[in-house]
Amino acid sequence: MSSRHLVLALFLALASAPAAWADARGQAKEQVEFGIQVAQRGLWKEAIYRWERAAQIDPTYAAAFNNLAVAYEHEGQLSKARAAYEKAIALEPNNALVRQNYDLFKEINDRAAQKDGR
Amino acid sequence: MTARLKKTAVSLTLALLAISVACTSYTEIPIETPIQPKLDVSAFQRIFIAGFIAGANEDVDANMETVRLLRSQLRNKGVMRVIDADTLPLLEVAKQSSGEANTPPAPDQQAVTPAQDQDKQPVINDEKDLEQYNHIFANVAYWKKIGEEYQQPLIVTGAVLFTPSQASGFVQREQETYDSFGRRVVVPIRTYMERKGFVLRPTFIFIDGRTGETLHSETFREQILYNANQQTPALSSYFELMDRLLPAFLNTLSAQKIKGTRTLLK
Repeated sequence: MSSRHLVLALFLALASAPAAWADARGQAKEQVEFGIQVAQRGLWKEAIYRWERAAQIDPTYAAAFNNLAVAYEHEGQLSKARAAYEKAIALEPNNALVRQNYDLFKEINDRAAQKDGR
Repeated sequence: MTARLKKTAVSLTLALLAISVACTSYTEIPIETPIQPKLDVSAFQRIFIAGFIAGANEDVDANMETVRLLRSQLRNKGVMRVIDADTLPLLEVAKQSSGEANTPPAPDQQAVTPAQDQDKQPVINDEKDLEQYNHIFANVAYWKKIGEEYQQPLIVTGAVLFTPSQASGFVQREQETYDSFGRRVVVPIRTYMERKGFVLRPTFIFIDGRTGETLHSETFREQILYNANQQTPALSSYFELMDRLLPAFLNTLSAQKIKGTRTLLK
Protein backbone atom coordinates (compact mmCIF):
# COMPACT_ATOMS: atom_id res chain seq x y z
CA MET A 1 0.00 0.00 0.00
CA SER A 2 2.72 2.40 0.99
CA SER A 3 4.71 1.53 -2.10
CA ARG A 4 1.65 2.32 -4.22
CA HIS A 5 1.43 5.69 -2.52
CA LEU A 6 5.09 6.28 -3.12
CA VAL A 7 4.75 5.49 -6.83
CA LEU A 8 1.72 7.76 -7.03
CA ALA A 9 3.55 10.58 -5.30
CA LEU A 10 6.52 10.14 -7.59
CA PHE A 11 4.23 10.16 -10.63
CA LEU A 12 2.49 13.32 -9.44
CA ALA A 13 5.81 15.01 -8.73
CA LEU A 14 7.14 14.13 -12.20
CA ALA A 15 3.90 15.19 -13.87
CA SER A 16 3.84 18.53 -12.11
CA ALA A 17 7.56 19.31 -12.60
CA PRO A 18 7.24 20.81 -16.11
CA ALA A 19 4.27 22.88 -14.96
CA ALA A 20 6.21 24.17 -11.96
CA TRP A 21 9.16 24.93 -14.20
CA ALA A 22 6.94 26.76 -16.66
CA ASP A 23 5.41 28.68 -13.78
CA ALA A 24 8.84 29.70 -12.46
CA ARG A 25 9.96 30.74 -15.93
CA GLY A 26 6.75 32.73 -16.39
CA GLN A 27 7.27 34.60 -13.12
CA ALA A 28 10.93 35.20 -13.90
CA LYS A 29 10.02 36.45 -17.37
CA GLU A 30 7.63 38.99 -15.85
CA GLN A 31 10.44 40.29 -13.63
CA VAL A 32 12.84 40.42 -16.58
CA GLU A 33 10.40 42.35 -18.75
CA PHE A 34 9.62 44.81 -15.97
CA GLY A 35 13.37 45.21 -15.41
CA ILE A 36 13.85 46.10 -19.06
CA GLN A 37 11.11 48.73 -18.88
CA VAL A 38 12.66 50.45 -15.86
CA ALA A 39 16.18 50.20 -17.25
CA GLN A 40 15.00 51.97 -20.38
CA ARG A 41 13.85 54.81 -18.12
CA GLY A 42 17.26 54.93 -16.45
CA LEU A 43 16.14 53.25 -13.20
CA TRP A 44 19.02 50.80 -13.12
CA LYS A 45 18.87 50.01 -9.39
CA GLU A 46 15.25 48.92 -9.72
CA ALA A 47 16.21 46.91 -12.81
CA ILE A 48 18.95 45.15 -10.83
CA TYR A 49 16.42 44.26 -8.12
CA ARG A 50 14.02 42.83 -10.73
CA TRP A 51 16.66 40.79 -12.53
CA GLU A 52 18.10 39.49 -9.27
CA ARG A 53 14.58 38.33 -8.37
CA ALA A 54 14.23 36.69 -11.80
CA ALA A 55 17.54 34.86 -11.32
CA GLN A 56 16.40 33.64 -7.89
CA ILE A 57 13.03 32.45 -9.19
CA ASP A 58 14.55 30.67 -12.18
CA PRO A 59 18.30 30.09 -11.83
CA THR A 60 18.38 28.53 -15.32
CA TYR A 61 17.14 31.68 -17.06
CA ALA A 62 20.13 33.01 -19.03
CA ALA A 63 18.39 36.27 -20.00
CA ALA A 64 18.08 37.27 -16.33
CA PHE A 65 21.82 36.79 -15.78
CA ASN A 66 22.70 38.57 -19.03
CA ASN A 67 20.58 41.60 -18.13
CA LEU A 68 21.90 41.60 -14.60
CA ALA A 69 25.45 41.65 -15.99
CA VAL A 70 24.60 44.64 -18.21
CA ALA A 71 23.14 46.50 -15.22
CA TYR A 72 26.17 45.74 -13.02
CA GLU A 73 28.39 46.98 -15.83
CA HIS A 74 26.42 50.23 -16.00
CA GLU A 75 26.83 50.64 -12.23
CA GLY A 76 30.61 50.02 -12.44
CA GLN A 77 30.39 46.74 -10.49
CA LEU A 78 32.69 44.96 -12.89
CA SER A 79 33.45 41.80 -10.91
CA LYS A 80 29.74 41.16 -10.37
CA ALA A 81 29.14 41.81 -14.07
CA ARG A 82 31.77 39.25 -15.06
CA ALA A 83 30.25 36.60 -12.78
CA ALA A 84 26.76 37.23 -14.18
CA TYR A 85 27.97 37.09 -17.81
CA GLU A 86 29.83 33.85 -17.11
CA LYS A 87 26.68 32.34 -15.60
CA ALA A 88 24.61 33.44 -18.63
CA ILE A 89 27.17 31.90 -21.00
CA ALA A 90 27.27 28.68 -18.98
CA LEU A 91 23.48 28.45 -19.28
CA GLU A 92 23.36 29.31 -22.98
CA PRO A 93 26.81 28.74 -24.50
CA ASN A 94 25.58 29.29 -28.05
CA ASN A 95 23.78 32.56 -27.47
CA ALA A 96 25.59 35.01 -29.76
CA LEU A 97 24.00 38.07 -28.14
CA VAL A 98 25.28 37.17 -24.67
CA ARG A 99 28.73 36.46 -26.10
CA GLN A 100 28.75 39.81 -27.90
CA ASN A 101 27.85 41.63 -24.67
CA TYR A 102 30.57 39.71 -22.84
CA ASP A 103 33.21 40.55 -25.45
CA LEU A 104 32.38 44.26 -25.20
CA PHE A 105 32.47 44.04 -21.41
CA LYS A 106 35.87 42.34 -21.46
CA GLU A 107 37.40 45.24 -23.42
CA ILE A 108 36.37 47.67 -20.68
CA ASN A 109 37.24 45.32 -17.87
CA ASP A 110 40.72 44.76 -19.27
CA ARG A 111 41.30 48.52 -19.32
CA ALA A 112 40.18 48.84 -15.73
CA ALA A 113 42.29 45.84 -14.71
CA GLN A 114 45.38 47.33 -16.40
CA LYS A 115 45.21 50.47 -14.34
CA ASP A 116 44.71 48.53 -11.14
CA GLY A 117 47.86 46.59 -11.97
CA ARG A 118 45.86 43.41 -11.74
CA MET B 1 26.34 14.00 -54.09
CA THR B 2 28.45 14.67 -51.01
CA ALA B 3 28.75 18.33 -51.97
CA ARG B 4 25.00 18.50 -52.36
CA LEU B 5 24.49 16.98 -48.92
CA LYS B 6 26.98 19.42 -47.42
CA LYS B 7 25.17 22.32 -49.06
CA THR B 8 21.85 21.12 -47.65
CA ALA B 9 23.34 20.73 -44.18
CA VAL B 10 24.81 24.24 -44.30
CA SER B 11 21.46 25.67 -45.48
CA LEU B 12 19.63 23.88 -42.68
CA THR B 13 22.10 25.10 -40.07
CA LEU B 14 21.77 28.67 -41.32
CA ALA B 15 17.99 28.41 -41.31
CA LEU B 16 18.00 27.06 -37.74
CA LEU B 17 20.35 29.84 -36.64
CA ALA B 18 18.12 32.47 -38.25
CA ILE B 19 15.05 30.97 -36.56
CA SER B 20 16.77 30.91 -33.15
CA VAL B 21 17.87 34.56 -33.51
CA ALA B 22 14.41 35.55 -34.70
CA CYS B 23 12.83 33.79 -31.71
CA THR B 24 15.11 35.53 -29.20
CA SER B 25 13.42 38.71 -28.14
CA TYR B 26 15.93 41.41 -27.37
CA THR B 27 16.32 45.15 -26.83
CA GLU B 28 19.40 47.30 -27.31
CA ILE B 29 20.19 49.76 -24.56
CA PRO B 30 22.87 52.43 -24.20
CA ILE B 31 25.06 52.14 -21.11
CA GLU B 32 27.81 54.20 -19.50
CA THR B 33 30.38 52.23 -17.56
CA PRO B 34 32.19 54.29 -14.92
CA ILE B 35 35.90 53.60 -14.61
CA GLN B 36 37.57 54.81 -11.44
CA PRO B 37 40.67 57.05 -11.72
CA LYS B 38 44.07 55.42 -11.48
CA LEU B 39 45.45 58.03 -9.09
CA ASP B 40 43.97 59.61 -5.99
CA VAL B 41 44.61 63.28 -6.73
CA SER B 42 42.44 64.67 -3.94
CA ALA B 43 45.56 66.08 -2.23
CA PHE B 44 46.31 68.36 -5.19
CA GLN B 45 44.55 71.52 -6.21
CA ARG B 46 46.89 72.33 -9.07
CA ILE B 47 48.53 70.48 -11.91
CA PHE B 48 51.67 71.47 -13.76
CA ILE B 49 52.38 69.98 -17.18
CA ALA B 50 56.08 70.58 -16.91
CA GLY B 51 57.21 69.45 -20.36
CA PHE B 52 58.55 66.34 -22.02
CA ILE B 53 61.77 65.05 -23.41
CA ALA B 54 60.93 64.64 -27.06
CA GLY B 55 62.49 64.11 -30.42
CA ALA B 56 62.44 62.18 -33.66
CA ASN B 57 60.32 64.46 -35.85
CA GLU B 58 61.35 67.73 -37.45
CA ASP B 59 57.82 68.78 -38.41
CA VAL B 60 56.24 68.37 -35.00
CA ASP B 61 57.54 69.79 -31.74
CA ALA B 62 56.19 66.88 -29.73
CA ASN B 63 57.11 68.52 -26.42
CA MET B 64 55.24 71.78 -27.03
CA GLU B 65 52.27 70.16 -28.79
CA THR B 66 51.83 67.64 -25.98
CA VAL B 67 52.06 70.33 -23.31
CA ARG B 68 49.48 72.50 -25.12
CA LEU B 69 47.12 69.62 -25.75
CA LEU B 70 47.22 68.21 -22.21
CA ARG B 71 46.80 71.63 -20.64
CA SER B 72 43.78 72.45 -22.79
CA GLN B 73 42.20 69.02 -22.17
CA LEU B 74 42.67 69.36 -18.41
CA ARG B 75 41.26 72.88 -18.47
CA ASN B 76 38.19 71.66 -20.35
CA LYS B 77 37.65 68.80 -17.91
CA GLY B 78 38.18 71.07 -14.92
CA VAL B 79 39.98 68.30 -13.07
CA MET B 80 42.38 70.69 -11.29
CA ARG B 81 43.71 74.19 -11.75
CA VAL B 82 46.16 74.04 -14.62
CA ILE B 83 49.34 76.04 -14.06
CA ASP B 84 50.16 78.14 -17.09
CA ALA B 85 53.92 78.47 -16.90
CA ASP B 86 56.86 77.99 -19.24
CA THR B 87 57.88 74.41 -19.78
CA LEU B 88 61.02 73.22 -18.04
CA PRO B 89 64.26 72.84 -20.03
CA LEU B 90 64.44 69.14 -19.20
CA LEU B 91 67.15 68.23 -21.71
CA GLU B 92 69.51 70.86 -20.36
CA VAL B 93 68.77 69.92 -16.76
CA ALA B 94 69.32 66.25 -17.56
CA LYS B 95 72.60 67.02 -19.30
CA GLN B 96 73.81 69.18 -16.43
CA SER B 97 72.92 66.71 -13.76
CA SER B 98 74.61 63.85 -15.58
CA GLY B 99 77.71 65.96 -16.18
CA GLU B 100 77.46 65.33 -19.88
CA ALA B 101 78.80 68.80 -20.62
CA ASN B 102 82.23 67.70 -19.38
CA THR B 103 82.38 64.47 -21.38
CA PRO B 104 84.18 64.48 -24.72
CA PRO B 105 81.93 64.66 -27.80
CA ALA B 106 80.90 61.48 -29.53
CA PRO B 107 83.09 60.55 -32.53
CA ASP B 108 80.44 61.58 -35.07
CA GLN B 109 80.08 65.01 -33.45
CA GLN B 110 83.75 65.87 -33.20
CA ALA B 111 83.75 68.16 -36.24
CA VAL B 112 81.06 70.36 -34.70
CA THR B 113 82.35 73.56 -33.12
CA PRO B 114 81.39 74.26 -29.48
CA ALA B 115 79.07 77.14 -30.47
CA GLN B 116 77.21 74.94 -32.96
CA ASP B 117 77.12 72.13 -30.44
CA GLN B 118 75.24 74.27 -27.95
CA ASP B 119 72.49 75.10 -30.46
CA LYS B 120 72.15 71.61 -31.83
CA GLN B 121 69.27 69.58 -30.43
CA PRO B 122 70.22 66.04 -29.50
CA VAL B 123 68.93 63.29 -31.76
CA ILE B 124 66.33 61.18 -29.96
CA ASN B 125 64.97 58.45 -32.20
CA ASP B 126 64.12 55.66 -29.84
CA GLU B 127 63.96 54.49 -26.25
CA LYS B 128 67.69 53.82 -26.27
CA ASP B 129 68.40 57.48 -27.05
CA LEU B 130 66.05 58.48 -24.26
CA GLU B 131 67.79 56.33 -21.65
CA GLN B 132 70.52 58.89 -21.01
CA TYR B 133 67.89 61.44 -19.94
CA ASN B 134 65.64 59.20 -17.86
CA HIS B 135 67.53 59.90 -14.63
CA ILE B 136 65.96 63.39 -14.53
CA PHE B 137 62.57 61.86 -13.69
CA ALA B 138 64.00 60.16 -10.62
CA ASN B 139 65.71 63.33 -9.39
CA VAL B 140 63.58 63.83 -6.28
CA ALA B 141 65.40 66.99 -5.15
CA TYR B 142 64.87 68.68 -8.52
CA TRP B 143 61.14 67.92 -8.63
CA LYS B 144 60.66 68.90 -4.99
CA LYS B 145 62.24 72.26 -5.79
CA ILE B 146 59.93 72.69 -8.79
CA GLY B 147 57.02 71.71 -6.55
CA GLU B 148 57.91 74.40 -4.02
CA GLU B 149 58.14 76.96 -6.80
CA TYR B 150 54.61 76.17 -8.05
CA GLN B 151 52.83 75.62 -4.72
CA GLN B 152 53.18 71.86 -4.60
CA PRO B 153 51.15 70.76 -7.59
CA LEU B 154 50.84 67.38 -9.23
CA ILE B 155 53.59 67.48 -11.86
CA VAL B 156 53.21 65.73 -15.20
CA THR B 157 56.33 65.08 -17.23
CA GLY B 158 57.86 62.25 -19.24
CA ALA B 159 58.98 61.58 -22.77
CA VAL B 160 57.27 61.68 -26.15
CA LEU B 161 58.60 59.88 -29.19
CA PHE B 162 56.87 60.62 -32.46
CA THR B 163 58.61 58.70 -35.21
CA PRO B 164 57.85 58.00 -38.87
CA SER B 165 57.18 54.35 -39.62
CA GLN B 166 56.81 52.17 -42.67
CA ALA B 167 55.18 48.83 -43.10
CA SER B 168 54.32 46.66 -46.02
CA GLY B 169 52.19 43.58 -46.11
CA PHE B 170 48.75 42.22 -46.76
CA VAL B 171 45.86 44.43 -45.76
CA GLN B 172 42.23 43.38 -45.58
CA ARG B 173 39.76 45.80 -47.07
CA GLU B 174 36.17 45.63 -48.24
CA GLN B 175 35.30 45.67 -51.91
CA GLU B 176 31.88 46.32 -53.36
CA THR B 177 30.77 43.97 -56.14
CA TYR B 178 27.50 42.91 -57.78
CA ASP B 179 26.42 39.30 -58.08
CA SER B 180 24.73 37.64 -61.06
CA PHE B 181 21.33 38.88 -59.81
CA GLY B 182 22.57 42.47 -59.70
CA ARG B 183 22.63 42.55 -55.91
CA ARG B 184 25.30 44.64 -54.15
CA VAL B 185 27.72 42.48 -52.20
CA VAL B 186 30.58 43.66 -49.99
CA VAL B 187 33.40 41.15 -49.82
CA PRO B 188 36.63 41.33 -47.84
CA ILE B 189 39.73 41.13 -50.02
CA ARG B 190 43.39 40.96 -49.10
CA THR B 191 45.81 43.16 -51.01
CA TYR B 192 49.51 43.80 -50.66
CA MET B 193 50.21 47.43 -49.76
CA GLU B 194 53.18 49.64 -49.04
CA ARG B 195 52.18 51.85 -46.14
CA LYS B 196 53.79 54.63 -44.18
CA GLY B 197 52.76 56.61 -41.17
CA PHE B 198 53.81 57.41 -37.63
CA VAL B 199 54.27 55.84 -34.23
CA LEU B 200 53.57 57.81 -31.07
CA ARG B 201 55.14 56.52 -27.86
CA PRO B 202 54.52 58.83 -24.93
CA THR B 203 55.46 58.06 -21.34
CA PHE B 204 53.55 60.11 -18.81
CA ILE B 205 55.15 60.42 -15.38
CA PHE B 206 53.12 61.84 -12.50
CA ILE B 207 55.23 63.38 -9.75
CA ASP B 208 54.14 64.53 -6.31
CA GLY B 209 55.16 68.20 -6.10
CA ARG B 210 55.29 67.97 -2.30
CA THR B 211 57.89 65.21 -2.14
CA GLY B 212 59.37 65.05 -5.65
CA GLU B 213 58.58 61.37 -5.86
CA THR B 214 57.02 59.57 -8.80
CA LEU B 215 53.44 58.54 -8.10
CA HIS B 216 52.59 56.83 -11.34
CA SER B 217 54.07 56.22 -14.76
CA GLU B 218 52.44 54.96 -17.90
CA THR B 219 53.66 54.31 -21.43
CA PHE B 220 51.43 54.12 -24.49
CA ARG B 221 52.05 53.15 -28.09
CA GLU B 222 49.82 54.10 -30.99
CA GLN B 223 50.51 53.70 -34.68
CA ILE B 224 48.84 55.05 -37.78
CA LEU B 225 49.57 53.88 -41.32
CA TYR B 226 48.42 55.31 -44.62
CA ASN B 227 48.71 54.26 -48.22
CA ALA B 228 52.25 55.14 -49.33
CA ASN B 229 50.87 57.59 -51.94
CA GLN B 230 48.83 59.51 -49.39
CA GLN B 231 50.36 62.74 -48.13
CA THR B 232 49.22 63.30 -44.55
CA PRO B 233 50.81 66.10 -42.53
CA ALA B 234 52.76 64.87 -39.52
CA LEU B 235 50.91 67.25 -37.20
CA SER B 236 47.47 65.89 -38.09
CA SER B 237 48.75 62.33 -37.56
CA TYR B 238 50.12 63.40 -34.19
CA PHE B 239 46.72 64.75 -33.11
CA GLU B 240 44.92 61.67 -34.40
CA LEU B 241 47.19 59.43 -32.35
CA MET B 242 46.95 61.63 -29.25
CA ASP B 243 43.16 61.56 -29.56
CA ARG B 244 43.23 57.79 -29.15
CA LEU B 245 45.16 57.83 -25.90
CA LEU B 246 43.79 60.97 -24.28
CA PRO B 247 40.89 59.12 -22.54
CA ALA B 248 43.42 56.81 -20.89
CA PHE B 249 45.55 59.78 -19.81
CA LEU B 250 42.55 61.63 -18.38
CA ASN B 251 41.40 58.46 -16.65
CA THR B 252 44.58 58.61 -14.57
CA LEU B 253 43.26 61.75 -12.90
CA SER B 254 39.49 61.54 -13.06
CA ALA B 255 36.75 58.97 -13.41
CA GLN B 256 35.71 58.32 -16.97
CA LYS B 257 32.45 57.02 -18.35
CA ILE B 258 32.75 54.67 -21.27
CA LYS B 259 29.70 54.79 -23.49
CA GLY B 260 28.50 51.65 -25.21
CA THR B 261 25.48 49.61 -26.22
CA ARG B 262 24.43 46.24 -24.83
CA THR B 263 21.65 43.82 -25.60
CA LEU B 264 18.99 43.01 -23.02
CA LEU B 265 17.23 39.67 -23.47
CA LYS B 266 13.66 38.70 -22.66
